[in-house]
Amino acid sequence: MKHLTQFTAAAAMALALGAQAAQAEGKVVVYHWFEYMPAELLEKFTEETGIEVVMDTFDSNEALLASLKAGAIGTYDVAVPGDYMVKIMAGEGMLDTIADGELANKGNIQEEWADPSFDPGRQHSIPYQWGSTSFMVNRDVYQGDINTTDILFNPPAELSGKINMLDSQGEVIAMASLHMGIPQCSTDREQLKALNAMLQEAKQHWASFNSDTAKEVLVSGDAAVGQIYDGFGAKARQEGANVEYAFPKEGYVVWMDNVVLLKDAPNRDNALKFMDFLLEPENIAAVTNYARYSSGVVGTKEFLDPELSTQPESNPPAEAGKGAFIEVCDEETQKVYDQIWTNLKK
Amino acid sequence: MAGGAASGGSARTDTYREARHWLLLPSWVVLIFLILIPVLMMLVYSFLTKEFRGGVIWEFSLDAYDQFFFNRGLFGDEPPSIEWTYITIFWRSIWQAGAATILSLVIGFPTAYFIATRPEKVRPMWVFLITIPYWVNLLIRTVSMKFVLRDQGPLNDFLLWTGLIDSPLHIVNTNFAVQLGLFYSYLPFMVLPIYASVERYNFALSEAASDLYAGKWVTLRRILLPAVKPGVIAGCILVFVPSLGSFLAPDLLGGAKNFMIGSLIEEQFKGNAGNWPFGAAASMILLSMVLIILIVFARQQARAEKGGA
Repeated sequence: MKHLTQFTAAAAMALALGAQAAQAEGKVVVYHWFEYMPAELLEKFTEETGIEVVMDTFDSNEALLASLKAGAIGTYDVAVPGDYMVKIMAGEGMLDTIADGELANKGNIQEEWADPSFDPGRQHSIPYQWGSTSFMVNRDVYQGDINTTDILFNPPAELSGKINMLDSQGEVIAMASLHMGIPQCSTDREQLKALNAMLQEAKQHWASFNSDTAKEVLVSGDAAVGQIYDGFGAKARQEGANVEYAFPKEGYVVWMDNVVLLKDAPNRDNALKFMDFLLEPENIAAVTNYARYSSGVVGTKEFLDPELSTQPESNPPAEAGKGAFIEVCDEETQKVYDQIWTNLKK
Repeated sequence: MAGGAASGGSARTDTYREARHWLLLPSWVVLIFLILIPVLMMLVYSFLTKEFRGGVIWEFSLDAYDQFFFNRGLFGDEPPSIEWTYITIFWRSIWQAGAATILSLVIGFPTAYFIATRPEKVRPMWVFLITIPYWVNLLIRTVSMKFVLRDQGPLNDFLLWTGLIDSPLHIVNTNFAVQLGLFYSYLPFMVLPIYASVERYNFALSEAASDLYAGKWVTLRRILLPAVKPGVIAGCILVFVPSLGSFLAPDLLGGAKNFMIGSLIEEQFKGNAGNWPFGAAASMILLSMVLIILIVFARQQARAEKGGA
């Protein structure tokens, strides 16, 4: 399914300001995840710069890559891939380089995100939001310790058959690797065979694979355990489900979504203005308040919803395991992981 | 198709005789640009070399078909044996689509018969009623269906209330839920062609049969059914074919635990695998299967018509 939502909320604003001005400044074409940016923020951007925002949305990193590969390069100015996808897209030559001094607000990037492994020196990207992927457990159904990946892969009887997994090879296999304590891009045959066997065994405990409704199944009670992103999980809790986010001792997945400048961007200057806009603490804080994740920008604190600082989904306990980014495997290794995923879903 | 034989006897006076060569032009444009060229591209792509993370390299390769039919183990270095994975996925899809078609037929046929036997004035109203739910987007309908069928949904609440069951029926995330979803998605495609056939049926034939001491069952089987068979076949094809490739119902109602043809192909283009030639090959195999089914149907029908005349 491809959500093609032409975002024209900004157009209404542009009309109010006088369509002439907007016309003169042109537009910026954004390829973004769905439900990830508040409409008011787009209106604010148009108000400040006179640039109209046109937005298409995608629903997975892989879908973004597929669409750009199929010929959408040259259509969009900026996109919002996750960490490992930034690395892949850079490797595919799909990203333009941001020269020194082109972004006035580049200094606002937090030090720990200024030189990430997936984009050394931030040559192509700026931080958008970061968070974690773990799972939530319905506390009405299960009261025991949830901070272990056994909940997903070797669950207690009360939870067996009530587990929803994300329908995403990367997230499922990364979590499974953490569970087994093996590297993500293992080339060790015994480890890979064991991983394959473990997933086959675990599958009998799972009710479904679903990413789009990861939150809904927890809120409705259809699933008692659900793999989920932290901010999405916070929303599930706020919607009234008695669910708790787990920080497994074996570790969990962390991710960062980034705004990248695409190669052959038709409105390159406007794209840079858009990126600068998102590096303003007040603006990116508005995204964080909406999406319930964290930004990678300094000075956002005063603009943030105070509840976020105590939000359990964003504050791992001291005994939690380490967060790990999803790794990019080489072609030969990836082939085996693709096969394991097909075996799991055949 | 069937209508051509009936009306072809006398040449009709054609008001737009001069323009008749141009009448099909829009259809040809649609057919060539939106069906023929994409299908040919798929055919070509299925014989190319896969590029890592999506895309193709322009070198001839049979790898995609090899992957479909031969299993070389987890690491790709064992001696080849028959690959059952994709055959299983195809078989599962065929089975699900078949079950949905039968369900549609069992419910659609009496419905169509009922509508066709109402007074002429109220028939359009009944047809209209059948189509109303289909004004709503397929995704919304499928999600709503999930809400109705869930363990805590209205259906289970009702059954528990009546005392027919003690604990909720688990319907969501089963194959049965997928069949229900497919059946509900495509029911009008079954009802409408059958309705059209039954409406044209000459009911005097049924009367004649019963005058000649044929029972109700025999009349149905030997008189009505053969007469409306084209409508039944059209309905079955119209339900079966889209069910075969659908992935909404399997994903939402079936829990996506097992690939169906549609989701397997989708994964090759949008998922991690990024194996375009394999996705194209799977599509070509699906297309060939559908074509074979259609040809078999068409031949049977032709034979039946010849036999009847």
